[in-house]
Amino acid sequence: MIRLDSIERVFQVGNETVHALNNVSLKISQGEYITIMGPSGSGKSTLLNIIGLLDRPDKGFYILDDVNTTDLNDEQQALVRRHKIGFVFQFFHLVPRLTATENIELPLILTGVEPDERKDRVKIALEDFGLADRSKHRPNQLSGGQRQRVAIARATIMEPRVILADEPTGNLDRTSGKEVIEILEKLNKKGIILILVTHDPDIGNRAVRKISMVDGKILDDTLALEFSK
Amino acid sequence: MKAKDILKFSIRASTGYKFRTILILIAMAIGVASVVVLTSLGEGARRYVISQFSSLGTNLLIVLPGRSETTGGPPPLLGATPRDLTLDDAIALNRSSAIRIISPLTVGSAPVSWKQLEREVIILGSTHEIYEIRHLSMSLGKFLPSIDPRRGEALCVLGNKVKKELFTNQSPLGEWVRIGDRRFRVTGILAKKGQSLGFDMSDVVIIPVASAQSLFNTASLFRILVQASSREAIPRAREAILKTIRERHDGEDDITIITQDAILSTFDRILNALTLTVAGIAAISLAVAGILIMNVMLIAVSQRTTEIGLIKALGATRSQIMRLFLAESIILSITGAFLGLIIAFTGVLLLARIFPDFPILISSWAVAAAVGVSLLTGLVFGVFPARRAAKLDPVQALSRR
Repeated sequence: MIRLDSIERVFQVGNETVHALNNVSLKISQGEYITIMGPSGSGKSTLLNIIGLLDRPDKGFYILDDVNTTDLNDEQQALVRRHKIGFVFQFFHLVPRLTATENIELPLILTGVEPDERKDRVKIALEDFGLADRSKHRPNQLSGGQRQRVAIARATIMEPRVILADEPTGNLDRTSGKEVIEILEKLNKKGIILILVTHDPDIGNRAVRKISMVDGKILDDTLALEFSK
Repeated sequence: MKAKDILKFSIRASTGYKFRTILILIAMAIGVASVVVLTSLGEGARRYVISQFSSLGTNLLIVLPGRSETTGGPPPLLGATPRDLTLDDAIALNRSSAIRIISPLTVGSAPVSWKQLEREVIILGSTHEIYEIRHLSMSLGKFLPSIDPRRGEALCVLGNKVKKELFTNQSPLGEWVRIGDRRFRVTGILAKKGQSLGFDMSDVVIIPVASAQSLFNTASLFRILVQASSREAIPRAREAILKTIRERHDGEDDITIITQDAILSTFDRILNALTLTVAGIAAISLAVAGILIMNVMLIAVSQRTTEIGLIKALGATRSQIMRLFLAESIILSITGAFLGLIIAFTGVLLLARIFPDFPILISSWAVAAAVGVSLLTGLVFGVFPARRAAKLDPVQALSRR
């Protein structure tokens, strides 16, 4: 469960202070599927980064699974990231010199899982995402869709509670984009929270709960009605 | 994160950027190789000098007339001309148990001629014992016989060069040569030997000390060479010499004693300083290699900014990232050091081939120091880039493509 309570994030751009997030409160229950839409600079990515613990809010609280993450130090936040959060990026962010297998293996290596267990888990992941015949390929030998699948496999290898996807289809053609979204939705069905930032209304409208943001504020939350304030 | 995985990851990262890796390896290899080779050269020079010195003779003490030190006190009323060392002084030294053998030495220069050929040669007046004390060797005939040093026999031993110039290829044994206004019978020829105690031993003629004294019309000696009975006996021999001469010279300490050890240790100190200087110069090249490592690692950090951001997003802690980059620079410097050692060993082997007389040898401390310092440079100069990597803001790092 995720609870954001009056989160503020301010950036200094030159002489101007930009409120990337302005008093944002949000509650996300287990297994929800949320899309966040909004124009560029509306604070979507900042919100995602704060939920992903890559960024710290200047004000407010963020509670993830009953833990107030704003109290955690860097090392502890890294551990929360490692075990509870999976990132999927627009530009995939695969390590170019490593093969598909090694890229997926990375979080397991960071955790210090035994090589035998690593091998088994990566093998299962490769099969789950239809990459079994691509295991020894490097990112530049893979298509965009395949790269994003490797990235998703890597994001989910630690069995996280939340998947944060920042424009996961932004760099893909329609077919592979759709494929990727379907994979993410399938993961969501298994009970993982899926938060998807997108520009594409077609994708945005697939979710049950749609959040639209403008100027660092949540303008509209389709499920907001159900929460009694 | 397991140590083995850190290692594997760092090695993969090094091999992933070949040009950069080769650059670092070359820098480190040159640094380490120069430290090892230069210190080996220094060590070789030291060994060379020591071996040259010990060829002078072992446990050697040299007695010179005159004082080299003052003791203070009022100036002597009468002029303090030092007493000469005489042959009797020399013979008197023989009584001490700390002294094995002695050999008096008179030096002068006189024309030496045979038939029509004549040339000016340094004449050493000495005794049979100098043969042993100075480790001389003969190429032909015999050295001066062991007789009473007070007896002036008309015998001489020629240096190699003198023999060649006077006799060319003929055998000089038994021939009579004229030295000054006297005639001496040649008993032997010295074997070739380099400089020793400032004399080119191939360009001298050795005659009995008493003959030399009468030839040059003097009663004094140039030096007395003393061989102590053992290395431990050197200080005792020194005391014995001082005491004997003092007794014979009316209580005056008017001689100077040089021990070979003193000369050797002075040279040893000089050469050690030299070796250290050379090693210091070489260490600078290691430092340069270290700075290069730092630069290249900094480039690596900015090259891999997104990668660092990514592994942070995947849950890598700061210390993990720090360890990854440190491991990388250490692996690079160790590999470089290893290559450097290979270069150094082949280089030294080659030098030993080219200059077989020069006792060049790789000293283990130089190897240990070079490898240790390279490890340290890898570590020290790796810290800054690694810290920079660890401190990267993941959001900004990831916003780059």
